[in-house]
Amino acid sequence: MMREFSADLHLHTCLSPCADPEMIPRMIVRQAKQVGLDIIAICDHNSMDNVDAVTRAGESEGLCVIPGMEITSREEVHILGLFRTEASLREMQRIVYDSLPGENDEEAFGPQTIVDEYDRVIGSNTKLLIGATTLAVEEVVQAVHRLQGLAIASHVDREGFSIIGQLGFIPPALGLDALEVSRPQAAEAWKDYPVITCSDAHFLSDIGRATTTFTLEEATIDEIELALLDKDGRKVTVH
Amino acid sequence: MKLSEIVDRLDLSVRSGKEKLGEDVTGGYASDLLSDVIANSNEGDIWITLQIHQNIVAVASMNKLAGIVLVNGREPEEGTLEAAEQEAMPIMVTDMPTFEVVGKLYELGISGTR
Repeated sequence: MMREFSADLHLHTCLSPCADPEMIPRMIVRQAKQVGLDIIAICDHNSMDNVDAVTRAGESEGLCVIPGMEITSREEVHILGLFRTEASLREMQRIVYDSLPGENDEEAFGPQTIVDEYDRVIGSNTKLLIGATTLAVEEVVQAVHRLQGLAIASHVDREGFSIIGQLGFIPPALGLDALEVSRPQAAEAWKDYPVITCSDAHFLSDIGRATTTFTLEEATIDEIELALLDKDGRKVTVH
Repeated sequence: MKLSEIVDRLDLSVRSGKEKLGEDVTGGYASDLLSDVIANSNEGDIWITLQIHQNIVAVASMNKLAGIVLVNGREPEEGTLEAAEQEAMPIMVTDMPTFEVVGKLYELGISGTR
């Protein structure tokens, strides 16, 4: 039976130095449920350290959490990678860490807090997560695809850190699976790609501000991929 | 001023588009946001940037820029060089940072305003 799933596929946690300290697993899950979401994806900057905690917190509340990462290319383009398994995402993290220079300065950029599923602080990431990798945008997309993930260009309707702002236009051979826009009105500008809208939440109150409705059999990334391809009756609706 | 003269005076290394070094440079633009370059650069400009992605060639060709200077010792990506040869777009490289390149160009009389 096909039904509609409300999704917000771009949320940060307290691991991202620019995100609010209240972006912790149980609070995120509670807020997501409250605004009626069925599926979320955790996409912190260049790290997956809090993905497992939010996934576990979501499991106990019946919220589907997709493992993801917002990767910064050397052109300072943000690409969302959504993965089928945490193991694939961990491999992506290894590739990213190998090409991510620098150490975080908490005073300047903010803390990068690692938490467990009960919102307890268990550590801190010392890498410069706000920085750019040395990977070209093509290399990022290729790595995501090699790991059977979906590569989605972040907030293409914004200037900062978007592929349009940084590179002027989308390189035709890039092979993106979809584009993310922040405002649903911006979706109409794109005819050649599937478009999703996400909140890019850095604060609890941002969660669900922009959502995408997927018509699917079940809440899985395979089904989402079919919807992006407009296949087998699966559908994407932005609003 | 001819592009070849700028190459000599600033000691730039030419990586592509040698056949276009005789063209006139009528202004300059410095930016690393390609969307901004599309919107604000003018025909005949020499463009100073640290972006090495192949989209720089398409942007420069689209706006009919005179050439591209890559700063801080950056080298064009392989695909960028291929595209630049196809489009006959001069790409020059230098170890200087943007600030120095722009300053030297200004001293030579190249301006960012028309």
